[in-house]
Amino acid sequence: MKKILSGNEAIARGAFEAGVSFVSAYPGTPSTEILQTVADEYPEIHAEWTPNEKVALEVAAGASYAGARCMAVMKHVGVNVAADPLMTLPYTLIRGGIVLVSADDPELFSSQNEQDNRHYARFAKIPMLEPSTSQEAKDFTIEAVQISEEFGTPVLLRTTTRISHSMGVVELGDKKGGRTPSLERHPAEWVMLPANARVRHPVIEERIRSLKVYSDASPLNVIEMGSPKLGIISSGVAYQYAKEAFPDASFLKVGLSYPLPEKLIRKFTAQVEELWVVEELDPFMEEQVKALGIDCHGKDRLPLCGELNPDIIQSAITGAAPDDGAQPDLPPRPPSMCPGCPHRGMLWALKRNKCFIAGDIGCYTLGFLPPLSAIDTCLCMGAGINHAHGMATVFGPGKEKIAAVIGDSTFYHSGITGLLNLAYNNGAALIVILDNSTTAMTGSQDHPGTGITVRGERTVNLDLENLVRALGIEWVRTVDPYDVKQARKDVKEALAFEGPSVIISKAPCVLLKSRKVPGRALTVDADVCTGCKVCIGLGCPAIEFRDEKAHINETCVGCGVCADLCAPGAIGGEK
Amino acid sequence: MNVLMTGVGGQGIILASDMLSEVMMRSGYDVKKSEIHGMAQRGGSVMSHVRFAGHVDSPLIPYGCCDILLSFEELEAARYLKYLKKDATVIINQYRLAPPAVVSGSRAYPDVIPFLREKTRNIHLVPGSAIAEEMGNARGVNIILLGVLSTLLDPPESAWYDAINSMLKEKIRAANIEGFKRGRQIQIQ
Repeated sequence: MKKILSGNEAIARGAFEAGVSFVSAYPGTPSTEILQTVADEYPEIHAEWTPNEKVALEVAAGASYAGARCMAVMKHVGVNVAADPLMTLPYTLIRGGIVLVSADDPELFSSQNEQDNRHYARFAKIPMLEPSTSQEAKDFTIEAVQISEEFGTPVLLRTTTRISHSMGVVELGDKKGGRTPSLERHPAEWVMLPANARVRHPVIEERIRSLKVYSDASPLNVIEMGSPKLGIISSGVAYQYAKEAFPDASFLKVGLSYPLPEKLIRKFTAQVEELWVVEELDPFMEEQVKALGIDCHGKDRLPLCGELNPDIIQSAITGAAPDDGAQPDLPPRPPSMCPGCPHRGMLWALKRNKCFIAGDIGCYTLGFLPPLSAIDTCLCMGAGINHAHGMATVFGPGKEKIAAVIGDSTFYHSGITGLLNLAYNNGAALIVILDNSTTAMTGSQDHPGTGITVRGERTVNLDLENLVRALGIEWVRTVDPYDVKQARKDVKEALAFEGPSVIISKAPCVLLKSRKVPGRALTVDADVCTGCKVCIGLGCPAIEFRDEKAHINETCVGCGVCADLCAPGAIGGEK
Repeated sequence: MNVLMTGVGGQGIILASDMLSEVMMRSGYDVKKSEIHGMAQRGGSVMSHVRFAGHVDSPLIPYGCCDILLSFEELEAARYLKYLKKDATVIINQYRLAPPAVVSGSRAYPDVIPFLREKTRNIHLVPGSAIAEEMGNARGVNIILLGVLSTLLDPPESAWYDAINSMLKEKIRAANIEGFKRGRQIQIQ
């Protein structure tokens, strides 16, 4: 049976067909739909959102030690969080196959960097598979489980946004068995004390040597001879782009891209006149090909930054400029916080108190955009609290108004340790937890603060205020961000407190059913509006400025924040 | 055949391109489709590439190869001109959503038709949003535009209803079929 699946849906299907029984993940674009699909479509597989990617990989490792086939799923930067267990996991004995899915984001569609996670395969010394279509996403997931069990190693399955979020026709198969968990003890292979780890390291080196032989023989690496004039070594979606641009060229299509098939590369090189390595981001394969003493083109003409496409590859190889014509200068349309977003009022309140606002990863990062211009830093998950503490400590008490904002999901991911540090080290920054009861940016996933699991089952509902107090914060207040005038006063009071303070800005995401807005648009009385632009300063997409007056369009959901701030009282209707 | 759908996050472009892909697969084509989810969807520009043929390699349409552009919003129709084939068919929903620079009053909403005319004379403005409003559901614009698009493609009308029936929940099927039919009534060459 054929079905159109995204790369992510195909990976979930592959896990099912491979007999995987345990999948863990933290949401992150472009990886999120993998666990979501597992939870929605395959009830026989245990699925869980974990608070962060380190937890996701470690629980999967536990499942593998118990004999189950498992998969841990994350976006590229999530692997940084999981890097600690990842570096030692290959030293340990793998029982059930364990696959780490890393979904990279060339072009930074929804990320803070475009790191190339293929380096992790080499760094951790584990095999890596790179699918180039949805069909391969499914097939390679099954292959990854097999390789994991055959060689006793975690396997990296690396996708990119254009694989995870592209759709293609996939031939579905049946589930091929599974494994029954059983308790075993392998202290020499599972207790990574120096004495044991020292013994295990040579096992990894020997395994990689065996995998090189396997890579040369694997059907995942295949020579497709066309014209011998141009030979292209490529992997992932870049292979499809190159094939589109040069349908008559010869290809060495690499599916198992670490360790590379050295003999096959030499054989292919001998058959073609001009050799190119076509890959997105870093010259990962190119440098290894060159290390074999083989001369080739690649990043001398292909870009290191951003994603590729057929036209970029064509112009790099032919030397002709891409025919992309003249593009009119149109006003850009960047993503923005939704009309009625509860973050807007709290960011405004902080701004009005002249705070420096250390930001974090989430929808509120979009508060960076003018006219709100409310976010002053954004580095990685959980960094904002620590930025604020570092800065506030350097300035000393009462000198500058330093605050941090962090979403609820991000706080559970990696904000708790930062807040603990701030309390422990007698910090004084104001930390605002923007609690919208979901992981909003990735499309509303549940987390430990929502009381609901990935499958919609009820579970413990964390008391955030108590957690914050338990970490050592004395001044804690839960605030309604839609009551902006009061929020502004609360921020002022928190800043005046000598010592660390936490405001929990609590209101459900406006995209949730539980949202606290009427859903009906407000109106502006043009006779009363003075054109002062205070409402425009909120940066709400529902408020337009035309003919020196504010106008509210149909995207307004009636949150009333602009009406509260309108001095002449021109905004009304529903509030 | 290469179809590009453009518009603004939240307009239902992804569901429309999913349905197009489903219909084409059921009609025996190889299909690939690519778009961006996540941050880019929060009211930002959205573009979905749908390609179908006997065999498709790249999920992205090469520059100058788009046969049909279906834009859910007027300005967004001109954002990706480089993809358009000479004399491509361009279908534009008559709907304007002001981008931030227009909202704040620093720029005017541009007339994009002259830019498109440099590539093609085959431009059709359709009142998809007006029909959706009239039918009492502004969010139904995607299925109306899909109805318009369907008249330019091979599969019979019934193939679209099969896809709607298999992909949508029962309680919204009738309204979507109604919207699709209204779209099909709009005559374009």
